[in-house]
Amino acid sequence: MSSKAQTVSLFDRDITRRAIGESFRKLSPRMVAKNPVMFVVEVGSALTTVLFLRDILLHPAGHAPIWFTGAVSLWLWFTVLFANFAEAVAEGRGKAQAETLRKMRKETLARRLVGGKLEGKEEEIPSSSLRKGDLVVVEANQLVPGDGEIIEGIASVDESAITGESAPVIRESGGDRSAVTGGTKVLSDRIVIRIVSDPGESFLDRMIALVEGAARQKTPNEIALHILLVGLTIVFLLACVTLIPLAKYSSLTLSVTAIVALLVCLIPTTIGGLLSAIGIAGMDRLLKKNVIATSGRAVEAAGDVDTLLLDKTGTITHGNRMASEFLPLPEVRIEMLAEAALLASLADETPEGRSIVLLANEKYAIPANAPGASTGTFVPFTAQTRMSGLDFGGRSIRKGAVDSIGKYVIALGGRVPAELGELAARIGDSGGTPLAVADGSRVLGIIHLKDVVKAGIRERFKRFHAMGIRTVMITGDNPRTAAAIAREAGVDDFLAEATPEAKMRLIKDEQAKGKLVAMTGDGTNDAPALAQADVGVAMNSGTQAAKEAGNMVDLDSNPTKLLEIVEVGKQLLMTRGTLTTFSIANDVAKYFAILPAMFVPVFPEIAPLNVMHLASPYSAILSAVVFNALIIVLLIPLALKGVRYRPLGAAAILRRSLLIYGVGGVVAPFVGIKLVDLALEALHLV
Amino acid sequence: MRKELLIALRATVVTLLLTGLLYPLATTGAAELLFSERANGSLARGDTGQVVGSELIGQVFATPPYLQGRPSAAGNGYDPTASSGSNLGPTSKKLRDRAIADVARLRKENPDAPMPIPDDLVTASASGLDPELSPEAALWQAPRIARARGVAEDRIRAVIENRTEARDLGFLGEPRVNVLEVNLTLDQQFGKPHPAGPTAAAGTR
Amino acid sequence: MTLVGWVQVLVFFALIVAVTKPLGVFMHRVFETGEAPLGRFLGRIENSIYKLFGVDPKREQDWKEYCFALLAFSALGVLVTYGIERLQGHLPFNPQHFPGVPQELAFNTAGSFVTNTNWQSYSGESTMSYLTQMAGLAWHNFTSAASGIAVALCLARGFTRRGGPAGPKTLGNFWVDLNRSILYVLLPLSFLFALVLVSQGVIQNLKPYLDVTTLEGAKQTLTLGPVASQEAIKQLGTNGGGFFNANAAHPFENPTPFTNLISLFLIFAIPAGLTYTYGRMAKDSKQGWILFAAMSFLFFAGLVVCYHAEAGGNSAFAGLPLQQTLGNMEGKEARFGVAASTLYATVTTDASCGAVNAMHDSFTALGGLVPLVNIELSEVVFGGVGAGLYGMLIFVVLSVFIAGLMVGRTPEYLGKKVEAKDIQLATLYILVFPIIILGFAAWAAVSAMGVSSLNNNGAHGLSEILYAFSSAAGNNGSAFAGLNANTPFWNIALGISMLAGRFLMIVPALGIAGAMVAKKVVAPSLGTFPTNGPLFAFLLVSVILIVGALTFFPALSLGPIVDHFQSLQGKVF
Repeated sequence: MSSKAQTVSLFDRDITRRAIGESFRKLSPRMVAKNPVMFVVEVGSALTTVLFLRDILLHPAGHAPIWFTGAVSLWLWFTVLFANFAEAVAEGRGKAQAETLRKMRKETLARRLVGGKLEGKEEEIPSSSLRKGDLVVVEANQLVPGDGEIIEGIASVDESAITGESAPVIRESGGDRSAVTGGTKVLSDRIVIRIVSDPGESFLDRMIALVEGAARQKTPNEIALHILLVGLTIVFLLACVTLIPLAKYSSLTLSVTAIVALLVCLIPTTIGGLLSAIGIAGMDRLLKKNVIATSGRAVEAAGDVDTLLLDKTGTITHGNRMASEFLPLPEVRIEMLAEAALLASLADETPEGRSIVLLANEKYAIPANAPGASTGTFVPFTAQTRMSGLDFGGRSIRKGAVDSIGKYVIALGGRVPAELGELAARIGDSGGTPLAVADGSRVLGIIHLKDVVKAGIRERFKRFHAMGIRTVMITGDNPRTAAAIAREAGVDDFLAEATPEAKMRLIKDEQAKGKLVAMTGDGTNDAPALAQADVGVAMNSGTQAAKEAGNMVDLDSNPTKLLEIVEVGKQLLMTRGTLTTFSIANDVAKYFAILPAMFVPVFPEIAPLNVMHLASPYSAILSAVVFNALIIVLLIPLALKGVRYRPLGAAAILRRSLLIYGVGGVVAPFVGIKLVDLALEALHLV
Repeated sequence: MRKELLIALRATVVTLLLTGLLYPLATTGAAELLFSERANGSLARGDTGQVVGSELIGQVFATPPYLQGRPSAAGNGYDPTASSGSNLGPTSKKLRDRAIADVARLRKENPDAPMPIPDDLVTASASGLDPELSPEAALWQAPRIARARGVAEDRIRAVIENRTEARDLGFLGEPRVNVLEVNLTLDQQFGKPHPAGPTAAAGTR
Repeated sequence: MTLVGWVQVLVFFALIVAVTKPLGVFMHRVFETGEAPLGRFLGRIENSIYKLFGVDPKREQDWKEYCFALLAFSALGVLVTYGIERLQGHLPFNPQHFPGVPQELAFNTAGSFVTNTNWQSYSGESTMSYLTQMAGLAWHNFTSAASGIAVALCLARGFTRRGGPAGPKTLGNFWVDLNRSILYVLLPLSFLFALVLVSQGVIQNLKPYLDVTTLEGAKQTLTLGPVASQEAIKQLGTNGGGFFNANAAHPFENPTPFTNLISLFLIFAIPAGLTYTYGRMAKDSKQGWILFAAMSFLFFAGLVVCYHAEAGGNSAFAGLPLQQTLGNMEGKEARFGVAASTLYATVTTDASCGAVNAMHDSFTALGGLVPLVNIELSEVVFGGVGAGLYGMLIFVVLSVFIAGLMVGRTPEYLGKKVEAKDIQLATLYILVFPIIILGFAAWAAVSAMGVSSLNNNGAHGLSEILYAFSSAAGNNGSAFAGLNANTPFWNIALGISMLAGRFLMIVPALGIAGAMVAKKVVAPSLGTFPTNGPLFAFLLVSVILIVGALTFFPALSLGPIVDHFQSLQGKVF
């Protein structure tokens, strides 16, 4: 896995120190105004501060004690600071991530071809001034100056800077492996690259901006939640402000400090203070998984995904078929078949060929260095013959498609036993590929080539299933083969003999049924589907077209990453939802702390409502304010890490969340406020 | 827009005629046809057939020979043109003072009645026209009525018990006694009292 | 509390449960199938009414057209009723020769009946001619109820129509919904039940008041009038405006515990039935039943508190030689007693009916708190005809939003995503109550114009103020009736509250319908939490309680709650 996976600890000392500074800088009303909930708190803080100063200077009679106004004012400022701190920490962590990314953005000299022509003259310019469409030359041991597409040449490239994977990869012009990323290093050969983005607009740049919080736009759900929070704030503003005249009716003069304290405690400061931190942290978590998203919207959409389209090859199975068994015809010894199969594959460097050698070698102890074999003539596979083999010592050994081998032996005067067809059909039914083996005009039997499903993939699909996400395997195989692999891997459905058009149609069909579709892809012909899908994750190894079409890029080029992406998306929403619930549920206890305290001077009869038996009216109000501020700090880790996601049905998750954050949210502040009150009392502060 | 306004105007006229005139008039016609006596106020008649009120509407009884109803906040007491409750809340001094006064009056007027007093006798009804009393409150007054009319208390009790209505269908509402009906029966059985009865507190407001 | 009292409650509730499905199915036929459900004859009448209206019943309207039609019709309704009231002295059916109604009162009353509030600053028997009662007021009992049903249908269609972005954006035709709800639902049932009421003693005539000499020789004037026809629709349409000042406590409006049961049944019947209609529209009757369940829970919760509080007697009588076994009988009728009175108080404020058979002002502090809170919870416990359903659906939107976030999915309801715009409109809807109720109450509480109308001192006086504005904004119409609302300040302030509480909430509700109808329908999956299970009902109830409690608890704690603690100590003011 990536070297960046373990990055910053939750409260890195550096980040914390910088965040504390930031918290104060963020007190500027212009910045706070972006968050109406916290803006109300800041106005309240300022107001109580003014009252505090007035009281100090003028000592007016009949007001709340000076120490009380001062203490409330102080803690209101803390409330704003804590919220700022949460945001600053999240941003700081994002910045730290971005820093790592930015390291790849080292300024290098680019060798630009003048006039954008391949035969043009080279000139050296700083990489930061490269524009879209420029052609640059990169040779061994040079850094790729920017994101681009190889238009000429082939090279091995070290992409460890972004992926953390140390093995070099091959990148070549044309085809699906033509994209290179800025900051990676060419290890061999010379390539010409067409730059595909203007400075500051590459994926990386966009992602850096997103995690740093600068360019962060609110996601749709965040906007909706924001509106609700503003609405609630207005409701509480009305409830608190009208309390002054309503109390006046009962000849009760409420102190402004107490009203402000009540207001701040009631408005959803917990979620209001943590909302942007949650959003930033979500992007940050995704980046930590080496996935670059182009927008927060895409991350949110990932949480909603109903259907996942997964390419079979590379995602569900190891890219290649492997030999799994030898099936000799009657009257053929299995060792004979194994030996012939091995010989036929000795010079076959394809993974299939190697797997045959390996199987014969390990299971039937056929030595890989058969005498004389090395002197034989290798007959390579061609599209016409559809078989390969070895001629040596008068023997012509062939392996290949069942019908090709059949034609081959008949041409040599042999015959094809009926059992061959039966064996082949059986293998086909089980999802495998039959490969016939012949020694001269005699058919020996069949090699069973099988797609091998990746270890652990079944468990992943189970998780998806539990989340309510349908998985569809996309494969070029025939339906029989596809069905067998689908069964083995545990996917819900499959699309066999898939063409790009069929894939597109599947996505559209699913969407027409009201489903959100996610898919991964890397090839140019995946691009339309990636664009059509609601969440399209392009592999970093893929073509530029694919990357542009999708809304996320996986730097590790690991198609199973989708699972993690979906979980990050869900976590993001869940964290917001649960903290909102918690925040609102908290208000019940705050009412019971503050209202009796405010009313008891005129209505001593109301004392039984002081269910927490708080020491005095002033300590009750102060305790609520202190609790309200502290809870923001206490919840920062949760906001940053996200609520733990469990792959359960929605009803089960809701039940859990309601219990923990709803019921818990009602109960917790009763305990918390009481504890603060006891502490204040013990310290003789009230 | 103008067309919609025109539709609204026509709909206003049509629905007004249909539901504001046709419906109530048709109902009135049908009611007159089917339940004329009820539709016109369930009037109660005295021994000579003269209308003495409605069975459903309470009236002031302030003299000892008659069963007395509940305090009324309708006008000066049982005024159907001003139906109303007292609307005094549980922390109202006025309510408490009124109850104290009523208790005092009731004790004075009913020296032989047992304590405590059933509370519907000191609480104003919602309409101010409540024609009924709880059986307890009616029976509580039996000694006074018996003495005023000079008959045995048992006979008064018998009239009241006879006139006690059970809960509707056995479970709806409360058992009750219609004050006017009891008084009509009392007059029928024991004769009309002499008008010069002692004047107790008049209107019980 | 008594066993027989609870039997009465349970029988009533059983009747409601029993009527929900058949009435719901019938209303579904009326509003969603286009057939003539009561035979050809009425079908022909229906069509000729469209001709009189001048509308094409086949043409559907989008939300803006629908909303415009409703607002235009309502505005004309205010004008016409205002005119009738002012001119009643010159119009027929006025045997008592009542003069024209003063202008503030006429405005208040017109607004009151158009908005389905039926707040009455006047006393019917001494103010309104029979014509005003029938054509000015009972007319609105039909049309305002029909409008409420129309809005609920519109919102329900917004949620349940599955045309998607490509489908039509229309939500039905207001004139069709209006006509059909009057013709097929409100009129037939009203006529039938009006006659049932007459058979039990509710009066129905056009005769002048009758002077009689009582047994004791005093003079008494018996008030008469076309009461039963108005009584039936006032309950069925959850209007609540009484013919007489004492409303359903008046023996001519509600003579027996049996008519009382009929009234209660009529109040809840349509709102309960609509939940089933809604389930049918959603093609999942459980969606309707779950709303029914949430409503039922809140109904019983309120009733238990109210009944218990009232059964305990009146603290003002502490220490007096009184036998309070009947409970708090101040302001209650002997025939109903505490059980039927508290049941009525709960039902009338759960639904936005506002008819009363007992005086809420004289309830104990906690007993009176229940109706007040019921109204402030937006009357979604069955609620006003239509208004209850659309109010509930707004809370559903909010609940779904919170729940959706909690399960990690963009929230959706019946397959439609709840997005920023919907939340914005729902938030506007929610804001109307605190703005009007708290805003006006705060003003009234400190102004001489407000305070001089109070009938009770101390915290109970504040309760009267809070109740008045809650009732007006909630379009309920019941009152802590000691308050003298027939002053220019109160008539105008309450008139504005009623209009705002109706139309400022209808517009966003219709806006949500418009936004929802064209939404893509998302297929449900395991990751979608079910909105037809008990868990959702629980969440819904919590959201309703929390929104209501958080908004009004501070104000309530200065009113009924202080009142309660003071009465516990036997204080009087």
